[in-house]
Amino acid sequence: MKEVDIVIIGGGPAGLAAAVSAYDAGVRSILILERDKELGGILNQCIHNGFGLHTFKEELTGPEYAQRFADQVRERSIAYKLNTMVLEISRDKVVTAMNREDGLFDIQAKAVVLAMGCRERSRGALNIPGFRPAGVYSAGTAQQLVNIEGYMPGREVVILGSGDIGLIMARRMTLEGAKVKAVAELMPYSGGLKRNIVQCLDDFGIPLLLSHTVVDIHGKERVTGVTIAEVDGNLKPIPGTEAFYSCDTLLLSCGLLPENELSRAMGVEMNRATNGPVVNESLETSVSGVFAAGNVLHVHDLVDYVSEEAGAAGRAAAEYVRSGGEHSGGHEIPVATEGGPRYTVPCTIDPQKVGETLTLRFRVGSVMKDRFVSVYLDDERVTHRKRQVMAPGEMEEVKLTRTMFDKHPDLQRITVKVEEA
Amino acid sequence: MYDVIIVGGGVIGCAVARYLSRYHASVCLVEREEDVCSGTSKANSGLIHAGFDAPHGSLMAKYNVEGSKMMPALAKELDIPFRRNGAMVLCLNEEDVPRLEALYENGVKNGVEGLELIGPDRIHEIEPNVTDDAVAALYAPTAGIVCPFLMTVAFAENASVNGVEFKLDTEVKAITPAAEGGWTVQTEAGVLKAKCVVNAAGVYSDVFHNMVSAGRKLHITPRRGDYCLLDHTAKDLTDCTIFQVPGKLGKGVLITPTVHGNIILGPTAVSIEDREGVNTTAAGLSELLNKAGATVKQLPANQVITSFAGLRAHEDGHEFIVGEVEDAPGFFNCAGIESPGLSSAPAIGKAVAEMLRDKLSLSEKEDFIPTRRGILDPKTLSREERNALIKEQPAYGQIICRCENVTEGEIIDAIRRPVGARSLDGVKRRVRAGMGRCQAGFCSPRVIEILARELGVESSEITKSGGKSNFIVGTTKDRY
Amino acid sequence: METRHLTCICCPIGCQLEVKMENGEVISVTGNNCPRGAAYGRKEVTDPTRIVTSSVRVSGSVTGAKAVSCKTAGDIPKGKIFDAIRDIADVIVPAPVHIGDVVKANVADTGVDMVATKEVI
Repeated sequence: MKEVDIVIIGGGPAGLAAAVSAYDAGVRSILILERDKELGGILNQCIHNGFGLHTFKEELTGPEYAQRFADQVRERSIAYKLNTMVLEISRDKVVTAMNREDGLFDIQAKAVVLAMGCRERSRGALNIPGFRPAGVYSAGTAQQLVNIEGYMPGREVVILGSGDIGLIMARRMTLEGAKVKAVAELMPYSGGLKRNIVQCLDDFGIPLLLSHTVVDIHGKERVTGVTIAEVDGNLKPIPGTEAFYSCDTLLLSCGLLPENELSRAMGVEMNRATNGPVVNESLETSVSGVFAAGNVLHVHDLVDYVSEEAGAAGRAAAEYVRSGGEHSGGHEIPVATEGGPRYTVPCTIDPQKVGETLTLRFRVGSVMKDRFVSVYLDDERVTHRKRQVMAPGEMEEVKLTRTMFDKHPDLQRITVKVEEA
Repeated sequence: MYDVIIVGGGVIGCAVARYLSRYHASVCLVEREEDVCSGTSKANSGLIHAGFDAPHGSLMAKYNVEGSKMMPALAKELDIPFRRNGAMVLCLNEEDVPRLEALYENGVKNGVEGLELIGPDRIHEIEPNVTDDAVAALYAPTAGIVCPFLMTVAFAENASVNGVEFKLDTEVKAITPAAEGGWTVQTEAGVLKAKCVVNAAGVYSDVFHNMVSAGRKLHITPRRGDYCLLDHTAKDLTDCTIFQVPGKLGKGVLITPTVHGNIILGPTAVSIEDREGVNTTAAGLSELLNKAGATVKQLPANQVITSFAGLRAHEDGHEFIVGEVEDAPGFFNCAGIESPGLSSAPAIGKAVAEMLRDKLSLSEKEDFIPTRRGILDPKTLSREERNALIKEQPAYGQIICRCENVTEGEIIDAIRRPVGARSLDGVKRRVRAGMGRCQAGFCSPRVIEILARELGVESSEITKSGGKSNFIVGTTKDRY
Repeated sequence: METRHLTCICCPIGCQLEVKMENGEVISVTGNNCPRGAAYGRKEVTDPTRIVTSSVRVSGSVTGAKAVSCKTAGDIPKGKIFDAIRDIADVIVPAPVHIGDVVKANVADTGVDMVATKEVI
């Protein structure tokens, strides 16, 4: 069986960054397995700009951002296989994959980085009643059709869900000649970034209907319209508020789900709040030597943070390979939350294994204003930062340092708190 | 002039076509939609009922039990998935136990083998996830599951290979007696003539019957049933089909595994007017989840990947109407085929084919091909076989649908077959591309590309399910 | 005095800006966390601009690519967004195309070029 030090599952932004950082940490035997026909993952269809401010200090489009990382991979001669689907990963890290040229093949990895990304919640998962005509697309499918293939999936569009892809597609469809009639959002706040609401909706006079949802889909062959209703505090449609919107297309942008079928099948412990694996400070899952980063771990808003997180996972995988998988201690302290965070990544921290800095990422469960984000190591507050506004649609992060942990040799508790001002 | 025109390409029409194709006869099947299995046959529970439910002495009981007995051999001949997973009718309160016993008696009279009345211990031994409220159950080990799409498609393919002509996308407008004898079938695409007509038009079968007969008018009420399909991740919920005995709380819904490892919940039962009314409703879906939830300990409702509705062709008499119409010689009904229609399809198909054989004095073909080779599923091959296949046909190494791991090779096979797939839904029904948890989000652009290439048309011409159900309406900036 | 409320789009924080104006002149910008926010607020009420991204058709790609993504190499006036799209509606560029290649010079007479944002071979 072919042996490779680090096999990276997915050649999107997470996989590429993990590969580059693992290489730079000294590992030479790396293989990226990508199911699509090119590297870059979903960035290839995200042709809008706004990527890379953090990583490259300039504003790039998705394909440009992907190219930067793909170039780094090629400069390092890191191996990758395209059009290659990973079918199974065993607990002892045998990766089974398939493509046209190699057929079905096995690779024994020393470490694996899970970087499969996420998928969109489908109409079925949303259980929207009505007919099942053509013209109902997830926003990402429409994005691929418009941006990669140059096709128009429809002319008159209603969008359900104000996730970023939905907002971006509102602008893309408008620019390409469609009429976007409304974006309906179930929640009383948008799931997308503010600047996308400004640049993608406000710029074009597209109404954002907060606390509204699609309650019926009309049309037997192709969509002829949708019924939108207002919802109450329990998110239930309010009778009498139904309004018919004539359209030939309904785009769904109602949340992303990490694609963890491979992880689940290999018995990786999952976090119910993120739908991603439970990971420690090294972004290592419950299966030793299997790391996770990017949207497969938890859905991000910004690719820059995916790259950063995946870089950390790549370095941790390299260290795992270098040390032959030996763990120093294994005193994992669960990260507790108070006052708002729905989860944290990582979920546990072994203070012995914290590097120079450690980034904790989390999301809050509702819109919160004028709060402080604090981290406590036992009873000492080690960070305290004002946040004017926090929303479920925007990921938060806190940086911790080695120095903070050094002061607590007998650390028992780590708590992330969102505190009132 | 055909010997026989079959109106309707559902499971019944295709079964008749298949059994008729063993005789020397010119046969044409006419279907309104762009594919077979596009009406009632595509939206049902996928069950081969054991046959305890239909009233003793009825055609429903007769054909159901016969059909169920034919299934194992038929599944082998046509290379379609079929499994006797067993069914359990749950009784959730003592008051309803007599109904359960009546069901048992009826089943025994119908000739259903292996029926057992069982108590809570045995219930949980068979299905640990059944609710603790279950006081008793009727257990029918011969009940089975089948893929209704593949069953219909297999009948159609086998019929086609044996010479039956399929006219798809062809709606029948009227059927009238021809002056020279036989029947005139007026379609959108012109006039067809045949000595005999088989009416297998599903929810429209009363319309065609009433066109030709002055006798008892048929009256079909479309009875809508909503369904939910759960992901493979929910497959451990039950291996047995779980029904509820109709009782003081009304008729329950069933929970069953599918042959492909999903779980299906359904159907509700709402009588409607619109024969095209296959829309689900919020009320229906919520009723469904509530009722299904009552029969198991914990229903993984968050694993729903799609919901859909189908229409049962419910005739006022609640009985199959099969055979030649008395005042319309040569016009054969397969009308009012509701549950257990799928289970009965093989028996009805065979019976009607034999009626036509006798009517037209048809002789048997020496070269009839009884078998059909199913679409190759590479997952069933050994690794060596699979790699040999990929070497020979690299398309089998390319996954297109990542949720169901469907390869390009399978999709190409589905398109190139007799009566092959021409739409996304056609591909989905044959090889499950787009049937999984992402519901075609990732693979539909790829499947469109493959369909367009294989059929030699533009991508914009590819539809979800025929007619005006196009996926792509133009190119970017084409209105500037 | 006129007050306009804007959401800053310079970065994902999305600061809520308050821009005070008098006689078409900006008097003050508040609510920003950084200088870029103040500049954005000032500009957005006097001379709003945008980067526009879209795609143009490609011919002769060996990989079968049908389109290449593109963007304005710099900001163009917000009022010219649709003109810029119209101006590239019929553009077909022959492969290979490299990132930064001009697919339409001086798009919509803005003085800004539309450039490719993807490698197509």
